[in-house]
Amino acid sequence: MAGLATVLGSGAMTNSIDDATKASTILLMGSNATETHPVIGAKIKQAIRKGSKLVVADPRKTELARLADIHLQLKPGTDAALLNGLLHIIIDKHLVDKEYISQHTEGYEQLAEQVKSYTPERVSAITGVPVHLIHQAALTYGRAAAAAVLYTMGITQHSNGTDNVLAIANLALATGNLGRPGTGINPLRGQNNVQGSCDMGALPNVLPGYVPVEQANQRFGQIWQAQLPEQKGMTVGQMIDGGVRALYVMGENPMLSDPDGSHVAQCLDNLDFLVVQDIFLTETAERADVVLPAASFAEKEGSFTNTERRVQKVNQAIAPVGQSRPDWQIICDIAQRLGHNWHYSFPGEIFAEINQAVPAYGGFDYNSLESDGRHWPCPETDHPGTPILHAQGPARGRGVFTAVDYKGPGEAADEQYPYTLTTGRILFHYHTGTMTRNARGLGKHRKEEQAEINPADAAALGIASGDRVKITSRRGSVETAVIVTDRVPEKVVFMTFHFRESAANILTGNFVDPVSLTPELKVAAVAIEKVV
Amino acid sequence: MKKINLTINGMTVTAPAGSTVLEAARLAGVDVPTLCHHRELTADGCCRMCVVEVEGNHNLPASCVLPASDGMKIETESQAVVTARKNILRLMLSNHPLDCLTCETAGGCRLQDYCYRYDVGETTFIGDVADRPKVQCNPFILRDYRKCILCGLCVRACREVQCNDAIDFINRGFESQVAAPFGEGLEEGGCTFCGLCLDLCPSGALQSLVGHGEGRVWERKTVTTTCTYCGVGCRLKLQVNDGQVVGISPDFDGPVNRGHMCVKGRFGWDFIHSPNRLKTPLVRKDGRLQEATWDEALDAVARGLEQTRDQHGSSALGVLSSARCTNEENYLLQKLARVALGTNNIDHCARL
Repeated sequence: MAGLATVLGSGAMTNSIDDATKASTILLMGSNATETHPVIGAKIKQAIRKGSKLVVADPRKTELARLADIHLQLKPGTDAALLNGLLHIIIDKHLVDKEYISQHTEGYEQLAEQVKSYTPERVSAITGVPVHLIHQAALTYGRAAAAAVLYTMGITQHSNGTDNVLAIANLALATGNLGRPGTGINPLRGQNNVQGSCDMGALPNVLPGYVPVEQANQRFGQIWQAQLPEQKGMTVGQMIDGGVRALYVMGENPMLSDPDGSHVAQCLDNLDFLVVQDIFLTETAERADVVLPAASFAEKEGSFTNTERRVQKVNQAIAPVGQSRPDWQIICDIAQRLGHNWHYSFPGEIFAEINQAVPAYGGFDYNSLESDGRHWPCPETDHPGTPILHAQGPARGRGVFTAVDYKGPGEAADEQYPYTLTTGRILFHYHTGTMTRNARGLGKHRKEEQAEINPADAAALGIASGDRVKITSRRGSVETAVIVTDRVPEKVVFMTFHFRESAANILTGNFVDPVSLTPELKVAAVAIEKVV
Repeated sequence: MKKINLTINGMTVTAPAGSTVLEAARLAGVDVPTLCHHRELTADGCCRMCVVEVEGNHNLPASCVLPASDGMKIETESQAVVTARKNILRLMLSNHPLDCLTCETAGGCRLQDYCYRYDVGETTFIGDVADRPKVQCNPFILRDYRKCILCGLCVRACREVQCNDAIDFINRGFESQVAAPFGEGLEEGGCTFCGLCLDLCPSGALQSLVGHGEGRVWERKTVTTTCTYCGVGCRLKLQVNDGQVVGISPDFDGPVNRGHMCVKGRFGWDFIHSPNRLKTPLVRKDGRLQEATWDEALDAVARGLEQTRDQHGSSALGVLSSARCTNEENYLLQKLARVALGTNNIDHCARL
């Protein structure tokens, strides 16, 4: 998001879901959409059946990779090289959109110069993708009348994640695939309200509506009647890693979701004070000094903003379970005890304040969200909403080309740790498993981790599906069952982070992207041994 | 858009050119019964419930596949139409158990609704009954093919929306049935349990195993809301019975998903009533988390945060917000961090 916001002026999905999945060419990168965003995954499959071309760049043979016209099975963490390689061919074959470049962008000459060195042969050597497939993919994207890029954490959760995003933006800008139907740069957000949490300013560097913290008092001093701090705050990783002494956690489970789990545990234990507010006693809550029981989505009302910037209503179906309370009430209770006389009587009153605080939300009416469905920016009541961003050229004026060089992952496989671990989700579970493992059907259907390992590696290690292995990285070890499958290439092993018994993030490292500070959860060097 | 005019049950109806007679009728508020039709899927015309009488036609065409044209005169409930529908229902009942007293779907079964509407209590076609199986091969979907009327909605949903082709018709004529390949389990056939098939099933042949037996359709009120899992933002309806969430039904007006969901959204809702839910505040005393009152817990929170702030300053405080929570809650929590705690140390899991 940091990358997109810099070059375009906004970090959100540029096009709507329906629009992006109707593109004549879809380039899907680092996204196992049929498992992580299943309804979008299905829409991509519908598009293929109606004749759209699909190019998938993913180290794994995901369902969509198998259905794709072209599968670029790159080595984990080599996305920037691949993207530069695609652009190299697109420039070489004169498939760039010169008019768009001259009218709406800056920095093209430098970029063109820089990608010259990314010849298909060199890119093939870095990524492991055959030269002819790189050619085919470049021509497919470059020749399309409208092409959309969709990506997820497979692009961003790298120590060079921002570079990957910038390289995607370069590709889209150079071919003029922006601001029109069926085009765009579309990061699929992984959780129900990541987009909304960002819009609301639950970030250390920006306030609601992406106002930089440096302008806090100027923009919010009056609305909130307070003197506000203007120094950038810390990210999740920095806070946990000794940055703070007291931590208040609402609905997060860093014990399983954050890299280097043993270190996280140690850091949490070192805190002077830890409060966790959640619907279950998570692995993080178990370590807390105070645990506050929160109501689930069925027990409260409010709004979520989905991945395509659509603000939708959440309605209360039942009373809070036990003594649990909606999170907004608990926050108000705490504010009052801290001497702030907040008296919001229901979420609509908070939303009314959001109308004021976030101009892009200015036109929404809480009471008619149910039938609304408009996409932000929606600054006025009668505004139609904005399903496609950057229609009049990039929001910041001109889109910036940023030449990026391929840098290897923070931790490459070596003799001692010869395998590359990559992590993600499966269809049947969600994130740290807090909800899905407590659902009867889902919990029963997939009870444990099944680390994916290639048949050649399995043969070398003498293991078969169902066997248990010990996977070790520089940070720690976990035991897990394996499934032998060619979904993963040789020397790559895939695990989820759903299961506390085989917590993959014990293994991952805290190599972060220098700009976005996103940890490299998609690459870690590991060793594997059979458990007998 | 070009419009056409036709007459339905004596009413002049204007519809967009290209509409079917069924669409034109529904546009005019005329309720034509259908079993095998759904607006999100290709029309098949196989159940024949939607037959209508067209002036000048000798037969009764299925309105779901009949293009409407200017000047057409349609009767949707004429004697011939009603007789045909009664016969169709009797034929269906000849292969459908009349166990509505115990059937999970009773009250939400269109076959039952139409039998009531056309006063068809039993079949007049007595003879062999097709021997079809009842299959339970997963914790999500129960397939009771004895109740299947072969409308094919499930097959088309899987083909056209989920695009998994996990099920299809097998055999011919009397032996016809829907099945996964080689009679194996659904998952082996490529099913990912999106549940759209069972949400479209008009006759109780497909039922949800999650929430099974937890209340009849008429006892369940529904509340439309937005799914709590991924960022797609599917709209869905929570079914509530006696203060408990007991099921989910699709919202075909959901702007993103138009009724489609995934296994998590469709079948993963029951964590809401998991016995593991936190039900009281807990405060650590003597090294152990122990039940406490809200006042005790909130006082402890305020005290803990204030102590750290007093000793080490605001920058020693951190707040993790949540992408699982609402906009309102995220807005409030960052406001709490900035206004009440005096720090920009607020973040959430956008990067995870």
